Amino acid sequence: MSEKIVFCKGGGCTAKLGAGVLSRVLEKLPKGPEDPNLLVGYDSRDDAAVYKLTEDVAMVQTLDFFPPMVEDPYVFGKIAAANALSDIYAMGGVVKTALNIVCFPENMDLNVLGEILRGGAEKVAEAGAVLSGGHSIADADVKYGLSVTGVVHPGQIYQNDQGKPGDKLILTKKLGVGIVCTANRVGEASGEALEEAVRSMITLNRRASEISRKYEVHACTDVTGFGFLGHLHEMMGQKLSCRIDAGKIPVIAEALAYADEFLLTAGGQRNRNYAGPFVKFEQVSFAMEEVLFDPQTSGGLLLAVKAEQAEALLADLRNEGLPAAIVGELLERQETEIRVVGGEK
Amino acid sequence: MIKVNALGDTCPIPVIKAKNAVKELGGSGQVEILVDNEIAVQNLTKMANQKHYKAQSEKLEEQKYRVLLTVGDAPQETAEQEEETCACDIRKDTVVVISSETMGNGDEALGKILMKGFLFALTQQDALPSTILFYNGGAKLTCEDAPTLEDLKSLEAQGVEILTCGTCLNHYGLTEKLQVGGVTNMYVIAEKMTQAGRLVKP
Repeated sequence: MSEKIVFCKGGGCTAKLGAGVLSRVLEKLPKGPEDPNLLVGYDSRDDAAVYKLTEDVAMVQTLDFFPPMVEDPYVFGKIAAANALSDIYAMGGVVKTALNIVCFPENMDLNVLGEILRGGAEKVAEAGAVLSGGHSIADADVKYGLSVTGVVHPGQIYQNDQGKPGDKLILTKKLGVGIVCTANRVGEASGEALEEAVRSMITLNRRASEISRKYEVHACTDVTGFGFLGHLHEMMGQKLSCRIDAGKIPVIAEALAYADEFLLTAGGQRNRNYAGPFVKFEQVSFAMEEVLFDPQTSGGLLLAVKAEQAEALLADLRNEGLPAAIVGELLERQETEIRVVGGEK
Repeated sequence: MIKVNALGDTCPIPVIKAKNAVKELGGSGQVEILVDNEIAVQNLTKMANQKHYKAQSEKLEEQKYRVLLTVGDAPQETAEQEEETCACDIRKDTVVVISSETMGNGDEALGKILMKGFLFALTQQDALPSTILFYNGGAKLTCEDAPTLEDLKSLEAQGVEILTCGTCLNHYGLTEKLQVGGVTNMYVIAEKMTQAGRLVKP
């Protein structure tokens, strides 16, 4: 595969458009007549759209695709699929069908495409969904992802901004995969760090979502392109505040070291520009700040759960082998929206 | 001084190139980095702050920014340069709007003279605006053959952002003739105007 270098130009969720730019465009879109069955649209900047079909069934739809962030096309296929499927899990839904979306250069080795699709198909199968079709376009750069449809009970949707003051916040995966992939792109990442990042990115959020459904979860989102703090800001929905304990954040250790070496993405800085004004850091290291803004590809779920049930949910998630942690709590709205308190390891 | 060309490089490459150049300095000195996007400027500045280097940045033209890192004690040349380019106070919240070729209503020839006079007088103020927006007839003032070019270039060199409405340039067939500052759109114009603490319209 001599296309290696062309294949990976720093993709994944670091390739997302900045949230700031995007909201400016979205706000201007003409709004058609309102449909009361559209339970979650892009107004709330949630993870996926939810449309009520009957009193008991709502359809959850999402679409996600991006350029490669690793050099192995098979692994890239798995990561892209896990990332796309995650939006359904973040809404508390069950995945039903998936369609491939592919952009691929005409002159590139078709075996590469085969490997990408194989990786993706394996993840779709693991999710218990049916791969039901797809669409491909000849393009200068490789991009791959899925359009996924799932179902959820209309009364059990996980919205991202319905948390309640007092709720504990649980994060189910480690942060730092964006920084590690960036370091890898310039040949500075250790094999162990990359392996840990890849293992995290190909892990479906399926189990985390299923386990959490046994508890009183008020809000949920998956941490992806806008970084932990960007998604946390959207979770506050302009009516909540929170306190985050930086020392409790699960993080790939090497990511902190790479951040100290300034192996920083443009995406991370865009996230800082977007969410930074809402955040107050108290004794938090520069590297940890960067990790908290780092765009995550196929990141974990961020759950707001009733305080009394947090420890039990955490124990369940940990039993499943997930590096989950209680990272903070929701508060009544106050002047500082997000307070991140340091004292990390 | 070491010069680094990082035009066309995506993050983190500009920062890595800058780090290597600083290493090459082996002590105090200056590194100049050219980049093509503002996010890269911000990432370089972030690194400089962490490393306690002095960072100055300026926009040279569309998609071309210059970041100057000073490691250790600032040599003579920067000090001088600084006086030249940064003696003026830039008022972050003041935006000037130029919507016409003329200043005031009445005689058109007089209006043009007044506008040229206004822009010259602006260059002489102690506190400069952060941005000057040009639209409709005003768009002609940033283009070839305008009598105001010299003063506007001087303002730009002092750090004032000069932006001309792209739709207007297009309308007057001036798109290729813009001589100073950048092209902008209505989102940015509306944003700059609504977020300005003080809006000046001659």
